[in-house]
Amino acid sequence: MRYLPNSPAERAAMLEATGRRSIEELFNQIPEYLKLRGQLNLPGPLSEPEILEFFREAASRSSREYVSLLGAGAYTHYRPVVIDALISRGEFFTAYTPYQAELAQGTLQAMFEFQTLMTQLTGMEVSNASLYDGSTATTEAVLMALRITHREKVIVAHTLHPEYRQVLATYVQQQGIEVAEIPYAPTGQVDLPKLEAALSPETAAVVVQSPNFFGALEPVRQVAELAHQRGALLIVSIAEPLSLGIIQPPREADIVSGEAQSFGVPVAFGGPYLGFLTCREKFLRQMPGRLVGQTTDAEGRRGFVLTLATREQHIRREKATSNICTNQSLCALAATIYLCLLGKGGLKSVAEHNLAKAHYAAAQLRAVPDVGTPFAAPFFNEFVVKVPGSAEELLAALREERIIGGLALEQFYPELESHLLICATETIGRAAIDRMCEVYRRFQARANTQGSAPEIQSAPASRN
Amino acid sequence: MENRIRYARTHVTRNEDLIFERTSPGKSGVALPPLDVPSAPANQILGANLYRDDVEGFPEVSELEVLRHFTRLSTWNYGVDTGLYPLGSCTMKYNPRVNEVVARLDGLATDHPYTPESLAQGCLKVLYETARCLAEITGMDAVTLQPAAGAQGELTGILMIRACLAERGNPRRYMLIPDSAHGTNPASVHTSGYEVRNIKSNAQGCVDLAELGRAMTEDVAGLMLTNPNTLGIFEVQIREIADRVHARGGLLYMDGANMNALVGVARPADFGVDVMHLNLHKTFTTPHGGGGPGSGPVAVKRFLEPYLPAPVVEQTPDGRYRLDSDRPKSIGRVRAFYGNFGMAVRALAYILANGPEGLRQTTEDAVLNANYIMTRLRDVYELPYDQPCLHECVFSDRRQAARGVRTMDIAKRLIDYGFHPYTAAFPLIVSGALMIEPTESAGKAELDAFIEAMRAIAAEIDEDPQFVLKAPYSTRVSRLDEATAARTPILRWKPQ
Repeated sequence: MRYLPNSPAERAAMLEATGRRSIEELFNQIPEYLKLRGQLNLPGPLSEPEILEFFREAASRSSREYVSLLGAGAYTHYRPVVIDALISRGEFFTAYTPYQAELAQGTLQAMFEFQTLMTQLTGMEVSNASLYDGSTATTEAVLMALRITHREKVIVAHTLHPEYRQVLATYVQQQGIEVAEIPYAPTGQVDLPKLEAALSPETAAVVVQSPNFFGALEPVRQVAELAHQRGALLIVSIAEPLSLGIIQPPREADIVSGEAQSFGVPVAFGGPYLGFLTCREKFLRQMPGRLVGQTTDAEGRRGFVLTLATREQHIRREKATSNICTNQSLCALAATIYLCLLGKGGLKSVAEHNLAKAHYAAAQLRAVPDVGTPFAAPFFNEFVVKVPGSAEELLAALREERIIGGLALEQFYPELESHLLICATETIGRAAIDRMCEVYRRFQARANTQGSAPEIQSAPASRN
Repeated sequence: MENRIRYARTHVTRNEDLIFERTSPGKSGVALPPLDVPSAPANQILGANLYRDDVEGFPEVSELEVLRHFTRLSTWNYGVDTGLYPLGSCTMKYNPRVNEVVARLDGLATDHPYTPESLAQGCLKVLYETARCLAEITGMDAVTLQPAAGAQGELTGILMIRACLAERGNPRRYMLIPDSAHGTNPASVHTSGYEVRNIKSNAQGCVDLAELGRAMTEDVAGLMLTNPNTLGIFEVQIREIADRVHARGGLLYMDGANMNALVGVARPADFGVDVMHLNLHKTFTTPHGGGGPGSGPVAVKRFLEPYLPAPVVEQTPDGRYRLDSDRPKSIGRVRAFYGNFGMAVRALAYILANGPEGLRQTTEDAVLNANYIMTRLRDVYELPYDQPCLHECVFSDRRQAARGVRTMDIAKRLIDYGFHPYTAAFPLIVSGALMIEPTESAGKAELDAFIEAMRAIAAEIDEDPQFVLKAPYSTRVSRLDEATAARTPILRWKPQ
């Protein structure tokens, strides 16, 4: 086997040194009746060319020839080639968690830079070194708020990513925590009067996402005022942090959590990504996850270490702030490199391109008869469209033109049939947007001439 | 003493500022193509309250500066590519380069998680095949790839136990955990809503059946067991352990962190295990990445399948793949989308590269390597549990501690010999543990060098313990002041 460095002669010499006569003797401690008889039923072994062939075949059955207007928590942005060149260095990607600080100053300094970048972007005072993803980071933020306030109720905007809400529900299901959801107003933003009515002295935290699942920017300042009046913490979840290049961060929040996949990490069918969590300094001791701190060595030189480990499971066991034992270090490194490459000016430019593409797409779509953008709230690179007729049928028609036209919202919001969530990042060309609008026009015309039963090939069931 | 450093590697000793200290206004490392749509006036669209003009303190550097900055940082790291990395319980094995290539293929790295199923057959096939292979390796019936890491796999598995017991009428209150367990076990149990009851190990470092019999009451949901345990020792009575847990209506959870000792040799399903997690970043060669991303698939027996996190990837009779979200008994989601897909790609590439014979040979080599180290170091380091090991061996620093040198000091000195340290001070049931897991990725020559280094350090401690206490001498920084870092935390750069 090409990955194994020992030769048969070396194995024999080592076996002899251990006093065993056969390899089988090494496993004597496992009772015979528990041993596997025969071989595993697995494919392989495959040579390198065969492995490449296997995965190239799989990769060919994909959407790679399509233009995709999907966002909804995972965003396709251009990734400068320098990112992979750097994270492919073995010293980075084959290293362990930097517990032995003297041998891991590279990872530690990069994570310290990541923490700094995230505080600058989000307007918070401290950041951890990343969490699994946006859904778990937002859940950890809620658990943190419960610890801080010693309260047991949480209010979540219905426009928080549906899968984030599902993960939160899984985590709190055994803890006696009550989670209430606040509907959205006609603007697509959280309904403030309903939020005010739901708040009580038992509310630990209010969670809103901004831009929210519909792409709408939430009135964070007003939400903060309402939450703080009742002594609740405000958690702002951000799934598209590229927006922070041109949009004010939620400085009024107590905890900011979210997904930083947009920063140089591929969409990769859902992962790996990286969650982030930043907060006010006074909540530091309740923060989950790894933290890198600056210190000095015996000669007074600057160096970095993992710090405040007394919050963590390997010290505190069941009393830890979280069971989390890892960050997403390599993804956080990719994000750090991405943000350093862009820098102040590049971040702003990429954000402006996203804004321009999405607003161009929205304007062109609104120009199609019977097509509308129902939510009036300001948006960044994502928005909701109401289409004439069946969303699934329109998506099927778009696929004929090699366009994945967005996400049908009905699966998550049953009241929003005929509504699509569309995302246009800087990677979407004007020609593709215009082609999409052409399909809308034809679709609308046919729907119009044929009344309520447009004669379009019957669409497969949801998500097919 | 300097002449003893025979295996030291060179380190770049020059300093590298923080990126924020290298910045100069007006620079950027990217150029965008021209905007092909009308530009949108951000301040008008967003309004004065929402519009942000500037991210204060953000770096401004060129592409080459970024490249050099992170290249220099990388040279201060040590990875599996650099050399032997014998961290016990972490399984620091070779991360094949072809895995990295296939995980980055267009079509796998670029498919969006909400891509319609008809256009995502390749990604779904990878998920399905990976789960199928892991089920075969563990002997279990069904696998979810959703958990993002081992600790999240633990949480998932315990929540499934809870859901199953709740449906049988009583979720119960406690979960048993041996005192040799990793810290994530009690933390995950706590998050799942159970209280932890620790049970003491016996003189062989294994579960004490009598103690288990006393602890396993009708209030107890089950036992969370690592096998082989953190001493690298197989729980020889695991079938009896499973029987006792089952007899009282409990379930057996196995922490599969140490599966590198078992793949192709024995299958947890045959031990009586009901649910377990695997660490793709340990046994299945996905890179540790300096602390993630990991992946913690959970494998279960048939009766627990209804509780798996939704959605589950299925194959239809016509050979196509689909996501099944209609699972009314599911514990719910533990992570958005379908887990760390990119890690599944790598793990599958590793399994395919090996095939059944290669995986068995890998396990044999990992176990042989650990036993070789144990044999050749046992005369200089104390072996608190003196019995054959599987994939790792655990010594105690008792002899060296008598001269004032503890396991962490020996670990730091090992750095000067060009090796990454072993795991120090874990498991907790060994006083001053030196936990050594060479994995199959170490050849005899490298192991001999490591053994020689460990013996040389033992000799140094006999001659001049003070010298060892100040190690390492060869790194860019010497021992760092962790106490000050925790007392007055500096967690971000700020402008002067």
